[in-house]
Amino acid sequence: MSTTELLKGAAELFPDEVVTSAHVRHLDLPFNAGRFALITLDNGFDHTKPTTFGPASLANLSIAIDQVEKEASAGEIVGVGITGKPFIFAVGADLKGVELLKNHSDALAIGKGGHEVFKRLSGIAVPTFAYYNGAAMGGGVEVGLHCSYRTVSAALPAFSLPEVFLGLVPGWGGCTILPNLIGADNAVTVIIENSLNQNKQLKGGQVYDLGIADALFEGADFLEQSLSWTAAVLKGEIAVERPAIDRGEAWDQAVARGRFVADSKVHGAAPAAYRALDIIAAAKDGDLQKGYDAEDVALADLIMGGELRSGIYAFNLVQKRGKRPAGAPDKSLARPVTKVGVVGAGLMASQLALLFLRRLEVPVVLTDIDQERVDKGVGYVHAEIDKLLLKGRVNQDKANRLKALVTGVLDKAEGFSDADFIIEAVFEEIGVKQQVFAEVEAVAPAHAILATNTSSLSVSEMASKLKNPERVVGFHFFNPVAILPLLEIVRGEQTDDASLATAFGVAKKLKKTAVLVKDAPAFVVNRILTRFMGEIQNVIDEGTPVEVAEKAVEPLGLPMSPLVLLELVGPAIGLHVSETLNRAFPDRFTVSPNLAAVVKAGKRGFYVYDSGKPELDPEVAALLKQGDVVLSEEQVRDRVLDAVAQEIGLMLDEGVVAEAQDIDLCLITGAGWPFHLGGITPYLDREGVSERVNGKRFLEAGVASVPV
Amino acid sequence: MPRTVRDVVFVDGVRTPFGKAGPKGIYHETRADDLVVKAIRELLRRNPGLDPKKIDEVAIAATTQIGDQGLTLGRTAGILAGLPQSVPGYSIDRMCAGALTAVTATAGSIAFGAYDAVIAGGVEHMGRHPMGEGVDPNPRFVSEKLVDESALFMGMTAENLHDRYPHITKLRADEYAVRSQEKAAKAYANGKIQQDLVPISVRNTNAEVGETGFGLVTADEPMRPGTTLENLSGLKTPFRVHGRVTAGNAAGLNDGATASIIASEEFARENNLPVKMRLVSYAFVGVEPEVMGYGPIPATEKALAKAGLGIGDIGLFEVNEAFAVQVLAFLDHYGIADDDARVNQYGGAIAFGHPLASSGVRLMTQLARQFEEQPEVRYGLTTMCVGFGMGATVIWENPNHKDAGGDK
Repeated sequence: MSTTELLKGAAELFPDEVVTSAHVRHLDLPFNAGRFALITLDNGFDHTKPTTFGPASLANLSIAIDQVEKEASAGEIVGVGITGKPFIFAVGADLKGVELLKNHSDALAIGKGGHEVFKRLSGIAVPTFAYYNGAAMGGGVEVGLHCSYRTVSAALPAFSLPEVFLGLVPGWGGCTILPNLIGADNAVTVIIENSLNQNKQLKGGQVYDLGIADALFEGADFLEQSLSWTAAVLKGEIAVERPAIDRGEAWDQAVARGRFVADSKVHGAAPAAYRALDIIAAAKDGDLQKGYDAEDVALADLIMGGELRSGIYAFNLVQKRGKRPAGAPDKSLARPVTKVGVVGAGLMASQLALLFLRRLEVPVVLTDIDQERVDKGVGYVHAEIDKLLLKGRVNQDKANRLKALVTGVLDKAEGFSDADFIIEAVFEEIGVKQQVFAEVEAVAPAHAILATNTSSLSVSEMASKLKNPERVVGFHFFNPVAILPLLEIVRGEQTDDASLATAFGVAKKLKKTAVLVKDAPAFVVNRILTRFMGEIQNVIDEGTPVEVAEKAVEPLGLPMSPLVLLELVGPAIGLHVSETLNRAFPDRFTVSPNLAAVVKAGKRGFYVYDSGKPELDPEVAALLKQGDVVLSEEQVRDRVLDAVAQEIGLMLDEGVVAEAQDIDLCLITGAGWPFHLGGITPYLDREGVSERVNGKRFLEAGVASVPV
Repeated sequence: MPRTVRDVVFVDGVRTPFGKAGPKGIYHETRADDLVVKAIRELLRRNPGLDPKKIDEVAIAATTQIGDQGLTLGRTAGILAGLPQSVPGYSIDRMCAGALTAVTATAGSIAFGAYDAVIAGGVEHMGRHPMGEGVDPNPRFVSEKLVDESALFMGMTAENLHDRYPHITKLRADEYAVRSQEKAAKAYANGKIQQDLVPISVRNTNAEVGETGFGLVTADEPMRPGTTLENLSGLKTPFRVHGRVTAGNAAGLNDGATASIIASEEFARENNLPVKMRLVSYAFVGVEPEVMGYGPIPATEKALAKAGLGIGDIGLFEVNEAFAVQVLAFLDHYGIADDDARVNQYGGAIAFGHPLASSGVRLMTQLARQFEEQPEVRYGLTTMCVGFGMGATVIWENPNHKDAGGDK
């Protein structure tokens, strides 16, 4: 099938494509270097809608290449360039088109179509130049890799091959050309390491330093300077020299390093990184076409696999749903927040104070029961600001401003009388919290939001004794507060829309991913994690060896094993939450006697790390009292996943969140559960767990899976 | 404190190619500030000896100082061009003589000792900012007959100048215009102009205008080489029925920017910067606004007097060609022939275009090139008429001349 037919077929599958034009314009190069054809990629929108490549876009580029190919062969032009619209070069394949693909042959066509078009750039009779003027990702980066030369703007803010992050491979030449251009080790950094490191972006200077671009020019006259440079290259006044590629042991070591990185991030659970590494490994012989063929197959396999579909689903959750929380009231109802109060000056309270301070830049006042604690809280915030200053994250003026904004007082009346938003982070005990809120209500303005950072207590109960319970909201952060994006916003029985809107407004300013949650025990993340951990703990208590239980869930590729997570959370807190949930749902949530024993013994975790890797602490081993039911890894995994599926099903029935999507968004942003699981419900659906436990899928086919 | 007046020199000047204003013009989708920013950057690239930290001022002229020509362009253009934050800047407006005034104002400060080196230039994007955009003339101008209504319309003032000098006929104006196009085409053919042009990338999203996407402008758009008297004779006279001023014997409506480095001679020599012209004197004079094209005559008288020179001492003239009649009035006054070889050797604004506040530095850049080629010429001048009845003249000495720097 010809490229044109391939692309035509693909375009029919994707009628809603935002089509990118490939404008061909001719110009005279400076220094009488000759007539030049410049292709501008432009989808006709401004930079807020970046240029992408769907099938019709690729067809447009193909037509542009037809034209310049002819002109080059006829000797009418001395070179061909390709650049983007202002601020954007091109950000790669249109993911919406990928989601629609239903069968392997269509998926293969997308890969082949891109290759067939892009690789023609290297076959034109004159040199070709890519001018990376702005954001370049995925296929955008790759189209430039097929050119003879590249320049990059120092103002370019984002350059990446994010395919592995999503669950794909850079399949339009990236895996094959990049290692042959900049060496396998640098290619592994870009394709594997950056991608798996939360899709880390390169800046223009780094693109040049890595050797991807041959020249770097400042943003102010980037295109002019690129064209002058082009003229000099074409006239032979500038010779582009690239370092020799080490095709020996270094190549193999780079691939091995890539596998180590992939293992540490996805633990073998997601195929994309490994497929990319296989292609990089094979690219060592420099046979480009063989590499392109391998890319096509990998791309098609991955497009038809659940991990990619989960990855795109997860990406959209974070990018879209995370920014427009489901069920949040109209933001026009939100009240301004010009001063924040924090009850408590312990570590959590101090971290919250720092976050509010940095993001809201309003006065933040801490209170506690004695001056020493207050001073310590303020001191912590000041010290953290000093660290930011040392790292250059804030300048001296900003540091002065922030420090002046944080104060601590003993007298709540003095601190909170003009506060608009007061959050408590005191001991997790309903009576204590109720008393704190009563004291705060006595001195705070009537409109002030009273927020609680409780992780498991009832927000409604906390509000029940107040004169104005409608202004109480749950504001549940995840540790470490500065890093994990999730904020569960809990609506109590009496919480009104204005208070809730204000809470969502604050969350947005805090740059948190806010999810609206019903006032149900332990809300979302802690409830699911506790059920998950509880089932692990149950099988251990019943007699399965610790290491078998731990290994059972490895195929999920979670960021850490259950017991390492428990150590991070703290066994005492884990125990406390399990007790709370046990009271709420005694038939499903158990309190592990072994965990209680570990906590009672004052142990901070199950493992010791003397050998460099986790080993069961002999003192803990001595405490464990296990039964005699020994399960296999598979049996353990089934039990744990069944429990999670059951719990999520019940939560959705109870209306804890609006949809399964919110559960997944919470797990991704609050627990770091990976994209390739799509949070968890896409995985439970594709492994058949949902059907087995609840008799139905969480998500319709096609939402986070291959459409039928 | 005793002071010594210091010699001021023109170090170097560049400009963007000039474009035709309007939706079909090359710069229709290009911002005015970007034009001047790119000119400044090219100027600095051409003169690596000038440490940007040592620039004491950025003076940028624009007539319509709003939008992308507002916001104190001298300051914002400096930041956008990547100059150090410590380099200050300001904006200047003397309509057509904006860039010329940017040069003289900063030159005065250099002579006084306040500055060592500056960037002076101008920009006018007449497509984005048509003449008269946002103006609000005081009603007293008319009610008290302070000026005639025609004073606000430059084309009408040119017709008025024809009235004053009936011997300057439309034919003479057209003949002058044809020569300007011929000289400009010849200068291009000989590569005199391109060497001081800054290539500008331009975007076009309108398929009706031409090829879409990004392109590169490396030549002036307004030029009409091969223009003949016949071509010009039939053109409309938009400012007056049966008038004499046409689009053919006047500069058009244009977009473009210029930039120059002006420095004390001592600074230039210490920093190994070129010394292309030495400032001798300058003068501005007001005239009747209705015949603003008369302005260069008294301005030149005044500048010559200050320099202790006579018109016979001037070996090269760069007269801005806002209108052919205004150049001819000047030449007649000084008894210079219409086709005198000393005048506008490379052609003028009738061919290249006249983006108002940018043009003064174009005259200087061209005069500087002519000085290089003609060391036998000791003095030259740049002069222009200015809206609302003004003239501006700067007299320069050619440093390549054997007696340069000495007494006259």
